[in-house]
Amino acid sequence: MISGPSSSQAKPDAPPEAVIQPQGSGLWAEFSELWRYRELFWTLMARSILVRYKQTLVGVLWALIRPLFTMIIFTLLFGQLAKFGEDPAAGEVPYFLLVFAGVLPWQLFSTSLTGSAGSVVANAGMVSKIYFPRTILPASACLTTLLDFLIAFALFIILMLGFGFMPSWRLVFLPGFLGIALLAAMGAGFWLSALNVHYRDIRHILPFMIQMMIYISPVGYLSSKVYGSTLPGYLKTLFILNPMVAVIDGFRWSLLGVPGALDPIAFAVSAGMVLLIFISGYLFFRKMMDTFADVI
Amino acid sequence: MSHPVIEAHNLGKRYRIRHQSSTHDRKLRHAVTRLFAQPWKIFAAAQAGKAEDFWALREVSLTVNEGAVLGIVGRNGAGKTTLLKLLSRITRPTEGRALLWGRVASLLEVGTGFHPELTGRENIFLNGSILGMTRAEVRKKFDAIVDFAGVENFIDTPVKRYSSGMYVRLAFAVAAHLEPEILLVDEVLAVGDLGFQRKCLGKMDEVAKGGRTVLFVSHNMASLRSLCQEGILLNDGQLVYSGSMESTIENYTNLYAAEAVGHTYQQQPAENPETKAELLAASICNAAGEPAATVNLTRPFSVAMTYRLNTAASHLIAVVEICDTVGTVVISTTDIDASDLHGKARPAGIYREKAFIPPLLLMPGAYSINAYVIIPKRERLVEQKQLLRFEIVDHDSHLSQITGVSRPGYISTPLQWEVNYAKS
Repeated sequence: MISGPSSSQAKPDAPPEAVIQPQGSGLWAEFSELWRYRELFWTLMARSILVRYKQTLVGVLWALIRPLFTMIIFTLLFGQLAKFGEDPAAGEVPYFLLVFAGVLPWQLFSTSLTGSAGSVVANAGMVSKIYFPRTILPASACLTTLLDFLIAFALFIILMLGFGFMPSWRLVFLPGFLGIALLAAMGAGFWLSALNVHYRDIRHILPFMIQMMIYISPVGYLSSKVYGSTLPGYLKTLFILNPMVAVIDGFRWSLLGVPGALDPIAFAVSAGMVLLIFISGYLFFRKMMDTFADVI
Repeated sequence: MSHPVIEAHNLGKRYRIRHQSSTHDRKLRHAVTRLFAQPWKIFAAAQAGKAEDFWALREVSLTVNEGAVLGIVGRNGAGKTTLLKLLSRITRPTEGRALLWGRVASLLEVGTGFHPELTGRENIFLNGSILGMTRAEVRKKFDAIVDFAGVENFIDTPVKRYSSGMYVRLAFAVAAHLEPEILLVDEVLAVGDLGFQRKCLGKMDEVAKGGRTVLFVSHNMASLRSLCQEGILLNDGQLVYSGSMESTIENYTNLYAAEAVGHTYQQQPAENPETKAELLAASICNAAGEPAATVNLTRPFSVAMTYRLNTAASHLIAVVEICDTVGTVVISTTDIDASDLHGKARPAGIYREKAFIPPLLLMPGAYSINAYVIIPKRERLVEQKQLLRFEIVDHDSHLSQITGVSRPGYISTPLQWEVNYAKS
């Protein structure tokens, strides 16, 4: 009784375009598929960029307002009130530039993370109705924020040149640090977006987490302040486990040439953490993504 | 020579349904007290509900050849959409495997990925690439898409300002211009007004005739008949029939007939009633008031139901729905439609009710009855679908006598005409 229509036909010799089976395909097949879907990747990025400032009053100016005000508040708070401004490690760089160099990657990280953590749930309609490599969602959400970053970065360069600081050869390393920031955001984004499908608690945890992180990251102060402090050793170790330490230190070092900014050991540790978060996040996401359409 | 483009072997999909343990547990107050009293039990509580396995699809094997247009029929929950979701890789099967030769596009919904803030133009590109078209392809078909949707004047307006009709037209237009080798379509043709629906069907027909393989899920037998040559019938997650579309539809209709449903229903009243109301009896009665399985088109008939109300209730109504063979409600009637019972309290006791159906209302054919006793918007005390079956037969009406052939449609009421003649 159960038989499909005319199964006696000769099978084509060509291998099938797709095999549908209970278990996932290999890593390599996955990457090649991602490559085939690259156009969707760009489309999704274009969509979020187009949408981001629609029906806003000042539009793209928001990309400047947020980092600028964070910088001003932190400069007043840490530089003036806490007197972190007289840090010998900073050399003669004005404190607000130091803070700005920290705010830049911080803002990139936090907006990327927020965007990618919510990306799968925000696109529930697509996930449950269309097939595409699910990794595209958190990954493209992360890269979308690069535009905002570039706008703020332009402002930074103008300020920097205005105050007579010429960028040095170290600037060539900046894309590397930028990459680390994106990897960190993407890795954490993989974790959180997959968890968010099952547990919407993430939505409540994330803002809180980001709020905490800005204080334990060296945004308003220099990392050397922590190393030179009287804090117990284990707290200092915990501090450098924060992936943003490598990124922010790297930014200060390559943009402003702050001599004491980049501690090699601290950098290696927190860069290692970034790698760990990214790889584990990717693997976790991959394990969870097959059930997204069923539970979302 | 045509060769298979889809080969599925024993596909199965299991869902795990977690039941909430009880209504008691679901109350927020209890959740909060428990949270503070036994905080370590949060996770335990989340897992506590009984999990039950549910196979949405099981042991489905089929082969679809290149260029075939396959209609998939079955009741709601028979596994039609699950099958499409598996074949389009939206979700993975629990067992079995399927091989696909060719690019697959699935159309489970129109307008997936549409963003309200973006303009029509932007959404065409966006939606096109979400559905698997390249930018170059979309650009090539852009004018055709806009033309098909009929939204030329609004193409640079954000789609949130569109009327809902324009919105679905644009969404469907993009989808209609997909050119995958295999197209999976789920009931999306039921959008827009009649004219647009016809246009969609025409487009689908074009796609089908263009040699592409189409799997088409629908409840609309007319469009299935006109589009598909082959069909499969799913029932409770199993593939129970495959063959020509016509015979598949026939099997589908018989599925309802096969169910042991008669023209009368009897139920012993419960000793210790736990429900607020229970249905005790129901029947179809002919013009003479006797229970009957067939009624005459030109004679009135009635639907009788007896229920016991165990506690007094107000705003209660009894509802009878007459449905066609695939379960679509043709007419629904309530006991307050033409009486002064509306809003009145009803004491506990046994109620015998009868709904009278006038002659020449429904077309000859097989029908089924759904019966309900409900408090609208609040509670369903009795809910019995497919409770009775009966047939309306035509012995002597104008319908067959005059035209000699069976007419399409649902309603048989003769209408007044005015015919004027003038010698040109």
